[in-house]
Amino acid sequence: MEKSSVKKIQSLFFSFFSGLDRQLGLILLGLAAVGFFTFLSASQNTPVQIADELRNLALSFLVMWIVSRIPPKWLEMGAVWIYGLGVALLIAVAVFGLIKKGARRWLNIGIVIQPSEIMKIAMPLMLAWYFQKREGIQKTWDYAVAGIILAIPVFLIARQPDLGTALLVFAAGLYVIILAGLPWKWILPFVGIGVVGILLIIIFGSTICAHDVAWPFVHNYQKHRICTLLDPSSDPLGKGFHTIQSMIAIGSGGFFGKGWFQGTQAHLEFIPEKHTDFIFAVFSEEFGLLGNLVLLALFFALIKRGLAISASAPNLFTRLLGAAVTLIFFTYAFVNIGMVSGLLPVVGVPLPFISYGGTALVTLGFGAGILMSIHRHRRLVQS
Amino acid sequence: MVSFKKPDLDSFQERIHIATLFVTFCFLLLVTRLVWLQLVSHGKYALLAESNRIALVPAPANRGLIIDRNGIVIGRNYSALTLDVNAEEVKGNVDQLISELSEIIDISPRDKRNFKRSLEDSRNMGTFPLRAMLNEAETARFMANRYRFPGVEIRARSFREYPYNELASHLIGYIGRVSQRDKERMQSEIESSKADDPDALQASFLPGIQYVGKIGLEQSYETVLRGVPGYDQVEITAGGKPVRTLSSSPSIPGKNVVLSVDIKLQYLVEQLYGNFRGAFVAIEPETGDILAFVSKPNFNPNDFVEGIDSVTWKELNDSPQKPLYNRPLKGIYPPGSTYKPFMALAALENKKRTPSQTISDPGYFDFGNHTFRDDKKGGHGIVDMQKSIVDSCDTYYYMLARDMGVNMMHDFMKPFGFGQITGIDLQGESKGVLPSTEWKKNTFKKPEQQKWYEGETISLGIGQGYNSFTILQLSHAMANLTNNGVVMKPHLVKAIEDPFTRNRVLTTPKESYRIDLSQENIDVIKKAMVEVNVSGTSAAAFKGAGYVAGGKTGTAQVFSLNSKEYKHGSTAEFLRDHALYIAFAPADKPTIVIAMVVENAGFGAQYAAPIARKALDYYIEGKWPKEVPEWKRAP
Repeated sequence: MEKSSVKKIQSLFFSFFSGLDRQLGLILLGLAAVGFFTFLSASQNTPVQIADELRNLALSFLVMWIVSRIPPKWLEMGAVWIYGLGVALLIAVAVFGLIKKGARRWLNIGIVIQPSEIMKIAMPLMLAWYFQKREGIQKTWDYAVAGIILAIPVFLIARQPDLGTALLVFAAGLYVIILAGLPWKWILPFVGIGVVGILLIIIFGSTICAHDVAWPFVHNYQKHRICTLLDPSSDPLGKGFHTIQSMIAIGSGGFFGKGWFQGTQAHLEFIPEKHTDFIFAVFSEEFGLLGNLVLLALFFALIKRGLAISASAPNLFTRLLGAAVTLIFFTYAFVNIGMVSGLLPVVGVPLPFISYGGTALVTLGFGAGILMSIHRHRRLVQS
Repeated sequence: MVSFKKPDLDSFQERIHIATLFVTFCFLLLVTRLVWLQLVSHGKYALLAESNRIALVPAPANRGLIIDRNGIVIGRNYSALTLDVNAEEVKGNVDQLISELSEIIDISPRDKRNFKRSLEDSRNMGTFPLRAMLNEAETARFMANRYRFPGVEIRARSFREYPYNELASHLIGYIGRVSQRDKERMQSEIESSKADDPDALQASFLPGIQYVGKIGLEQSYETVLRGVPGYDQVEITAGGKPVRTLSSSPSIPGKNVVLSVDIKLQYLVEQLYGNFRGAFVAIEPETGDILAFVSKPNFNPNDFVEGIDSVTWKELNDSPQKPLYNRPLKGIYPPGSTYKPFMALAALENKKRTPSQTISDPGYFDFGNHTFRDDKKGGHGIVDMQKSIVDSCDTYYYMLARDMGVNMMHDFMKPFGFGQITGIDLQGESKGVLPSTEWKKNTFKKPEQQKWYEGETISLGIGQGYNSFTILQLSHAMANLTNNGVVMKPHLVKAIEDPFTRNRVLTTPKESYRIDLSQENIDVIKKAMVEVNVSGTSAAAFKGAGYVAGGKTGTAQVFSLNSKEYKHGSTAEFLRDHALYIAFAPADKPTIVIAMVVENAGFGAQYAAPIARKALDYYIEGKWPKEVPEWKRAP
């Protein structure tokens, strides 16, 4: 090959990656690598799934690359449309949706999609757009409108029912609202109620979980879920089984872990959803506390970097959007690890970039792309 | 483009800081949780993971054989094809599976019940037989349809089999599936046995024990016959699917038990009883070996092995013939006149009579205001001891009983084993009653019942009254007398055989104790009993015998064997007297003693003695009576 053509390819290669935040890129690469290697162990030689996972990772990366090229301005302009489309699809789901396992969450439009997934990005986009619009003239009333924007899709998702996703979408929106400047006097009482509530549940758990005690505003199965969290052994073969088995997997991993492909809990099918929501248990069992610390460090670095990008973003829209996306990553990671390690109730939340699953990876790639785009376009806008 | 507004950015930065703090706090929470799980509680969870993944798959041990004294196998195992179902595969739709399988293989309601019961017991782990003993056609049909039934397979299994069916059923007993109660009992046995004994620990692997001896020798020699179940340590998935075998511990087959019983003699006696009910115990006096242990009618123990069906069970259980009742072990009968030789010996030993001392028998004996009658109207006239036995003179023994008193009789009879547990190697032996004043005091509640009345002593002399013994006790007592007072514990099993080396270990060769008796006195009694068969009540039965045998007939009034139930139905027959007979032969050096009862048959001489004669002819001379089908060895 001629020298010039080599250079040409080189420059093409670099221009392809130019504008991608190097730090963020490396962290994501690290997470994807952890995810892929854990997935290999968890999936146990099913070539179809491995090919799937590789395709999903590539797709996620491609989406990230494309989104990183899109100027934030375009996102701002598209925000309302995306949100509108998301809500429309959610309504469509409520009307024509497919029912699987007792829940109506999916829509068949040639391919089967889960519109609530779109909302995870559409919600912060919409609210960031809204607060950008109202910048400088914020009034109490604006938070009420934001609340309505938030409530509609959350309500639609919650009644599918998909409490996990509803909470995540709600959290995504809430982050924007709080970061946009929701007064502390409104936030703190809720934080207080939350903390006191959790403490009460922990202290009086055994009393209020007694069989004949009914909880106000809460379904029996939801009460059951919280109660099994407090004491998984109360239902060792039912709801508690997953938590107990994943805790056994994590605990038996010890400091160094059992080694890649050596996890007995994972390989003998004691871990449910072991390549999706519970993949952290597989990782934990095989790589131990050491591996977990590395993984948590990667996530922490991802969040730090995301928040740093947001802090130096040019306008309110990009700042709010970037921070919200970053905090969604955090929420995913925290809720997933918390649930797998028995700290939080079991809700269907994937571990970002680690869990198998196309839709989640694409959404996450989209989110990462937004951060990259904000980073890439900061100087362009500022100058 | 909107320009920066300082306060906004500051407030945003501030909130980013707070978010960072919040995120840090949450991550520390996770780290703490992980440290707690992976460092502090690691040991506990490592153990849990280990116990999660390993299952012990039982490998049942081959059960020991039951062999008669001449090497004839009467309890054995055979291999047959079984339809096995993996419990995990059929969770939830057992009925559908069974109905689909029923199209090609005959599955009875009993099979279905048994299978469901095992499923429930097992909590859906492991493989269970649904239908045993498949024939060729069924096997072929299943193999052709096999693809339709994942989790169902055909396997060879070992089954217990009693090749001679009813023969000796009461002494062999049978095995059956382990019940919840059996399990609990075994568990407590294991816990009470030494924990550091590796055999006991391995035997504690209860899932490997699927069958257990329920009655008879199968029950009393359970631990010998059972062997030690082995197991494979298998790595399993959460669903219980085996992945690979980590280690295996082979089973140790059970040992064979070698009976002292001569099964041909047993067979002959069972045939001779025909449709009569009764009990027959033959003992080799020198060793205590039980040569025959007959309880008629009997039952087929093969019916019980895989769980008996309700129709057969009801038939057996409700039958007035009580085929399930182990008569020689549990049935108690008054010994009647068979008691007289023992009474005579007691008189000699206690110096209450001499052999030549006579009484005059008017045909009755008055005591207080009650008259005790003799069988023979007008009486036997002048009676000495030998005549009292040969002619079975009641009056002689009424007087003797009065002269000895109840306690002297009790003290003499007790070492012979009357009213005592003989210690035979079967469970559930009846004790019977050997009366004494103390016995009466301890047995009854009201003071007026506790008092011994002199009148009650009189009928004890002729083996009636409170006297009630098992045929086993009677035979044992006869053996003790014939053995000149040396008491050998009666036993059905004489040796335990190693299945591989064929080495035999004798189980009970030693004497229990000696009764201090004068040989002279014993000889008087033996001589009188020999005379019984020459010129006495059983002379007809022993006419032309090629050996000298001693004997004594007896007739017992019916009252003891569940007499209440006999009141309805075929009353007349069930109220007839029991015919008893005791014997020993050859007289100079006895190798066999017999005690027997033929229920509701009438006179002992007519019904019992002829059976004893034929049994002795066979045992001593090898003569087989023409009317009894030849013994055929089971294939």
